[in-house]
Amino acid sequence: MVTVVHENLENTDAKMSARDVSVFYGDKKAIDNVSIDIPTEYVTAFIGPSGCGKSTFLRSLNRMNDTIPSARVEGTIMLDGEDIHSPSLDVVQLRARVGMVFQKPNPFPKSIYENIAYGPKIHGLAEGKDELDAVVEKSLRRAGLWEEVKDRLQDSGTALSGGQQQRLCIARAIAVDPEVILMDEPCSALDPIATAKIEELIDELNGRYAIVIVTHSMQQAARVSQRTAFFHLGKMVEYGRTSDIFTNPIEQRTQDYITGRYG
Amino acid sequence: MSLTILLLLALGLGLAGWLAARARAWTFRRASPDGRLASLPTYHAWYVALWIVLPVLIFIAAWGAIAPGLVTQSVLSSPAADQLPAFGFQRQTILNEARAVATGAAQGVFNPLAREFVEPYREAISRYNWIGIITTLLIAFLSGVYSFLRLKPDFAARNRVEKIVMAILLAASLVAILTTLGIFVSLVFETIRFFGMVSPIDFLFGTHWGPDPMANPDNPDASRYGAVPLFWGTLFIGAIIAMIVAIPLGLMSAVYLTQYANPRVRAWVKPALEILAGVPTVVYGYFAALTIAPAIRDFAISIGISNASSESALAAGLIMGVMIIPFVSSMADDSIAAVPQAMRDGSLAMGATTNETIRRVLIPAALPGIVAGIMLAISRAIGETMIVVMAASTAANLSANPLDRMTTVTVQIVKMLTGEGSFDHPATLSAFALGFVLFLVTLGLNFIALRVVKRFREAYE
Repeated sequence: MVTVVHENLENTDAKMSARDVSVFYGDKKAIDNVSIDIPTEYVTAFIGPSGCGKSTFLRSLNRMNDTIPSARVEGTIMLDGEDIHSPSLDVVQLRARVGMVFQKPNPFPKSIYENIAYGPKIHGLAEGKDELDAVVEKSLRRAGLWEEVKDRLQDSGTALSGGQQQRLCIARAIAVDPEVILMDEPCSALDPIATAKIEELIDELNGRYAIVIVTHSMQQAARVSQRTAFFHLGKMVEYGRTSDIFTNPIEQRTQDYITGRYG
Repeated sequence: MSLTILLLLALGLGLAGWLAARARAWTFRRASPDGRLASLPTYHAWYVALWIVLPVLIFIAAWGAIAPGLVTQSVLSSPAADQLPAFGFQRQTILNEARAVATGAAQGVFNPLAREFVEPYREAISRYNWIGIITTLLIAFLSGVYSFLRLKPDFAARNRVEKIVMAILLAASLVAILTTLGIFVSLVFETIRFFGMVSPIDFLFGTHWGPDPMANPDNPDASRYGAVPLFWGTLFIGAIIAMIVAIPLGLMSAVYLTQYANPRVRAWVKPALEILAGVPTVVYGYFAALTIAPAIRDFAISIGISNASSESALAAGLIMGVMIIPFVSSMADDSIAAVPQAMRDGSLAMGATTNETIRRVLIPAALPGIVAGIMLAISRAIGETMIVVMAASTAANLSANPLDRMTTVTVQIVKMLTGEGSFDHPATLSAFALGFVLFLVTLGLNFIALRVVKRFREAYE
């Protein structure tokens, strides 16, 4: 079965593009021949039922699957036209350019300040304390967390509430000035108010970074994204404008999923 | 014999109480309109059983402690006691002989006077046995009846049982604490006796160690009791040389095993490493004395150090370091592996290398476990005796040269206690003072380590 790609998509620059990507865990094929272009100026949402492979595919975009010994990726994934698996592109550089926010907030057990400063320090992005302070403040401001934490930067990041922790993780990702931010169900561990704040934040970051978000919630995909890809059983079934996917899907399976027939 | 009977009696009564209480609870349950009790019948049963068994056990323990005294007392009040010699030691020997015959532990007596006491002993023992058994029964009966009468349909037996169990658990943990306390107290008394003969200042700051167990105990030569060379030897071998070997090797192998090794390598290397911890220290001692020490001496001679001895602090320290690698590595391994995968992923996703992730995220988060492992290793190294005896000699020597002979506190404790001196000779008592200092030092080390961990740990929960 071939992926249905809507024909009315504008010709935009693809920040990342995947061609015939398959991901294996041992002998099991988790992702089967997915090809997709991820635009620079939009938020792209991956939706689909549990176990459909959307997170697996997301993780292959910054080679986080490398950390799983049995995982293997086939096909090509390009970042600005450069193969991310080519030996000339260091995985460290790749991950600095393609940041990631996880399902469960995972701040380091360090101070709020150290959490943000971690990336700039290891990549040598800031020279001296003043510059580092500036990066920390800028990142926290962009993540909408500055006003809440500016007086307690030395407190542990793990002492924040769940929603604040997740915004801290987003700020941490922003601090190394990435081009793409991958978000793997960033709100699934949060309450509705914290979720609304994160969604608001995604809206604000939209345009500055290419954002890819994996989500369980179709409403969330509809609210925050402009492009949606529907995954099912390891295949990408349909890809198009979010409004089209939700109001006018071409594939029957997409139709069934968004109307709640399964999922 | 009588103790076994008492214990069996207690358990039997407990079982009877258990069954009776359960039956009673069931009748409540049948009688109650909705078939419910405040607690399940089993809890009623355990409540009564515990109420029977625990007081009895406490009584048996106390009885075991006081009964022999009561027996002796009653024997001494018998008419034959007037013939006993006044001298304590002789008196005790006669009584012991009589008791041994009375209980069947010995066949005959050497001292004819002891024969006079066999019968009073036999009589007293059997009398107090009966008193013990009857008191046991009485206690079991009274507390059994008391607890049984408290059973009612709305009686909260479960809460009571949980409270009793909690008290038992508390008592279990107190045993360890009280043992430590007991060790401490017994050390303190002997140490004070020793310091009555040799001043603490001479002991703690003197630099010559060579107690003579044959010297006149009333007028010890304080200049021979300077323990500084021993403290230095312990520190140098156990805490410096051994740790220089064990900490880096242990940590690095833990990091390799948790972060780099593939599962098949790990499955082999980790158990192999832990075998090291199971090798008896005597075997390490052989290896150190027969292989490592001569090799070190030959090497020293080959680079021009002519006075190298065949026993050296270096040999003992190196082997000790190898011996405690598993303590460092397996605690570090466990605590690094316990850091959530999310931390690792978070760091790697920032573009950190594995190396940076280990240094900046995993090790700080795993610090408490790592430090605990190192503390355990240091305690082991400081307490280690066999390797030092075999590879570093028993001669005290204050020197910073690792090729010299040296000895440690524990080695001297063994030497003093197994020496020919009488028990109240200062040379023998010095062993307790050494043990006391060792105890304080390890206690202090643990305390400091706890504070350090509290200050620097990065809690990921």
